[in-house]
Order: sequence, then C-alpha cells, then structure tokens
Amino acid sequence: MDERKQAILDYVVSEYLEEDDDRTIGEDTPLITGGIVDSFSMVSLKRFLEKKYGIQIPDADASPEAFDTVNRIAALVERFKKS
Amino acid sequence: MAFATRTRESYQQELSAIREAGLFKEERFIRSPQGADIEVEFPAGAPGKKVINLCANNYLGLSSHPEVVEAARRGLDARGYGLSSVRFICGTQDIHRQLEGKLTEFLGTEDTLLFPSCMDANAGVFEAVLTDRDVMIADRLVHASIVDGMRLCKAATDTYKHSDMKHLEQKLQEHQDKQRRLIITDGVFSMDGDLARLDEIVALAEKHDAMVFVDESHASGFIGKTGRGTHEHCGVMGKIDIVTTTLGKALGGASGGCVSGRRELVELCRQRARPYLFSNTVAPVIVSGAIKVLELISGTTERRDKLEWNTKYWREGLLKIGLDIKAGDSPIVPVMLYNAKLAQDVARDLYAEGIYVVGFFFPVVAKGQARIRTQLSAAHDQSHLDRGLAAFAKVGAKYGILGLGKNEIIEKYGA
Repeated sequence: MDERKQAILDYVVSEYLEEDDDRTIGEDTPLITGGIVDSFSMVSLKRFLEKKYGIQIPDADASPEAFDTVNRIAALVERFKKS
Repeated sequence: MAFATRTRESYQQELSAIREAGLFKEERFIRSPQGADIEVEFPAGAPGKKVINLCANNYLGLSSHPEVVEAARRGLDARGYGLSSVRFICGTQDIHRQLEGKLTEFLGTEDTLLFPSCMDANAGVFEAVLTDRDVMIADRLVHASIVDGMRLCKAATDTYKHSDMKHLEQKLQEHQDKQRRLIITDGVFSMDGDLARLDEIVALAEKHDAMVFVDESHASGFIGKTGRGTHEHCGVMGKIDIVTTTLGKALGGASGGCVSGRRELVELCRQRARPYLFSNTVAPVIVSGAIKVLELISGTTERRDKLEWNTKYWREGLLKIGLDIKAGDSPIVPVMLYNAKLAQDVARDLYAEGIYVVGFFFPVVAKGQARIRTQLSAAHDQSHLDRGLAAFAKVGAKYGILGLGKNEIIEKYGA
C-alpha cells in the first residue's frame, strides 16, 4: 500500500473505529455503505484530506460514492492535487 | 391510472427485498391496556396470549394508572376531544401553558414548548436555533430523530466517538472558527442503556464556548435522585441549554414531546420550528393526563425508587444466570447475542415461555451487535422478574449461551 493510502487508512481507523471494534479495514472495504462512516462523520474525513494534502474538495465532489473506500478516496485526492 | 401495474410491481419488489433481507417488521396486536401483564395476539388471528411485557418504555408504570386515566377523562369533558388547529391560531388552551410550566419546573429549565412528539421536537429544534455559520457536534449513537433533525438544519455537522470526551474536545477545538457550537447527545442511549457523561460534557462546553443539547426521552421521570433526568444524575441541572423529551415513555406513555431550555431558544422554536408551526396542537386529553403524571411524580419518588430496585434485581439476576449484558444503571438492559438470527430465535422462544421481548439487529444497532433489549418498569413486581429470569435461564440453556462472553457467542453462532 502506498504512503497516501496508508495515511488515509490510519485516519479512518483512528477516527471511526471504537476501541473495542475489531473490524479490519482494507483499501476496498466499503466505509459508507458498510456502516463504518456515516454521512455526518464524513465531514471530518474531508477536512482531514484538505488539510493534509492542501486541496479543496467541493461539496459536490465529496459524495458518499467518492468516499466509500480508501482506494476511491486516494483517487479523489490525486484528482484534486493535479487540478 | 396513476398507480399502474408496473408501479405497483416496483413497490412489491421493494417490499420483497425488505422481507428477503430479514428486516420486515410486523406489528403485534395487544388486546389489553399497557402494563406489566398484557394480552397479545401474534401472529395476527392467533388466540390472545397473556405475557409479561419486558419491552415497553412504560418505565414508571403510569401508562394505565387509574389517576392518570381519570385526569385524562376529566380533561376530555372539560376541554373537549380536539382543537382542530395548530398552536398559534386557536390551538393553545390554558392547560397547554400549564403543562409547559410544570415541565419547565420539573426539568429545571427556563421555558418549555410542547410538540406533537419528541421526534417532532428533534426534527424542528436545530433548524430553528442554528444557522450555516454554526456547527452541531453529535455523539455517534444519538437517536434517529436527532439525525433527521440535523439533516434539516443548515449548520455544519460533525460527530464524536460514543461518549469519548477526548474526541469531543478535539472536535470543539477544530470548530472554534464557527459562530456557535452545539454539543448533541442523548441523556440515556436507547440501545445500550448507558448514560451520557453530562458533567464532563458541560465542563467541555464551558471551556470551549459551546451549548449543550440533551434528549432525555429515556431519562425523564426516573434518572436522578428525584427523577428529573440525566442532568440531575450528573449534577448539572440548570446548565443544559436545550432539553428535549417525550410524554410517550415514562411520563404517561401517550404521545407528545417538548423542547425545554433557555428562554430565547424556546422562543425561537415557537417562531420557527416547522413541526410546531405546521402540525396540530397536542390533544387536551393528553395534556390533562400529562399534568397529572407530573403531579404524581413531583410529590414522591416512590415509583422511580421501585424502578431502580427492579433494575438492580434484574441486572443481577441476568448476570447470575450467566448472560452477557451491557453494564450500566439504567432500566434499559440489553442482553447481548451478537448474531441477528440468534436474537430473533431467543426472542421467539421467550415469547413461547410467556415473556414478551424483541430482538434488535442491524440497521437498528451496528452489525454484529444484535441483542434483546429488556426494559424494566415500576409496574413489575418481583414475581414478574423471577418469571422472566427463569425463562431467560431456560432459553439461554437451550442455545448453550449461558456463561459465554462475546467472543464465545460469536464463535458459536457467528456475528
């Protein structure tokens, strides 16, 4: 796993899993549809990405689909780093 | 024809999908007033069966209390059946303001506004008092009605891990750029039965200039030494900015709810909260019954004390049997089974033993957290609880789960 995906994964685990939650999260684990991240909590993930990678993700692009897996989130970051 | 065959078929498919996912909910017909002993018709058409009710929100046993019923009857005679109006046109009687005054006094707040339900109170309150310059920071296990209310509000949203004060403080620091911060929590969490750490939440709110919202639906009437709620239990009466609660659980169990709290916030709800503005006033019969409920529980703590005793007896009994329960002090006592099918099977077998409980599973609770939520009432006598414990022991033994912890139950049945 590359450094960016690892950083996103680490954030997801520390931000969204309770201490006694023993679920394993991988690059393709569904986060929103899998009930790990809800739509309200997604806000903090968006803020984390914007701060860490110095990007602005418009609300229209911060959709539940785009945030559903670590791989998709990494692709979104890549897109906005380029633009 | 608007409801064409293909339209009907598309809805039938949706319903089939709900059934196939095992999420189809069926009502059970109760042929008696609410109480510790009820008569249930289930499945529909089956002969009535007398069972002990261990799943009602009838915490104080007042739902069918003769004095409450009599007060409701007098209210019906004196103020009529309905008002055919929203509050601000011609739907406010003297008794509505009287009940609001009694709730204000009981909850230790500055003012109160009645809503048709606490669901409506939660749906309307955030939009009424917050703007897009503000932020709502909610515990991740708050009730669904709060989630809906937050969705209707333009303020930014964020969440903190369940009862995690460190995480909450981090969020409060992150949102210092917002005009106003509102911390949102349940007083007693409805699925786990644990209490919010309101003393710590209030301290954080004072430190980081935030307001505090608490839904006291599963607390009003019995949590705290005189039953005022979680804020009394935690020693922060008068420090909660917004309390919402229901008349549909301990406080008579009929219907209706309220927003109670800082004068200005309650007034804004009166001006702007859409469920208040656009739905009918609470019926006089319910208002009259609720006034009597508050009189009954303001005069004595006898009922909440009995509920406390029942809760302790029930929790100790379940632990003695060897069942895995969520720790806590509230009369919501979840028996953890983790597996959805197991929860349903155990509930069905308990019903056969004359104990009425319901299995809860995803999406009502998180995946792998299936359970039977038992709820105590002051209407229960020790004999009800002993019969309940005997049934849990028998059914628990049948499924071989007595003495097993979380991992062992999951190993045996899957999560």
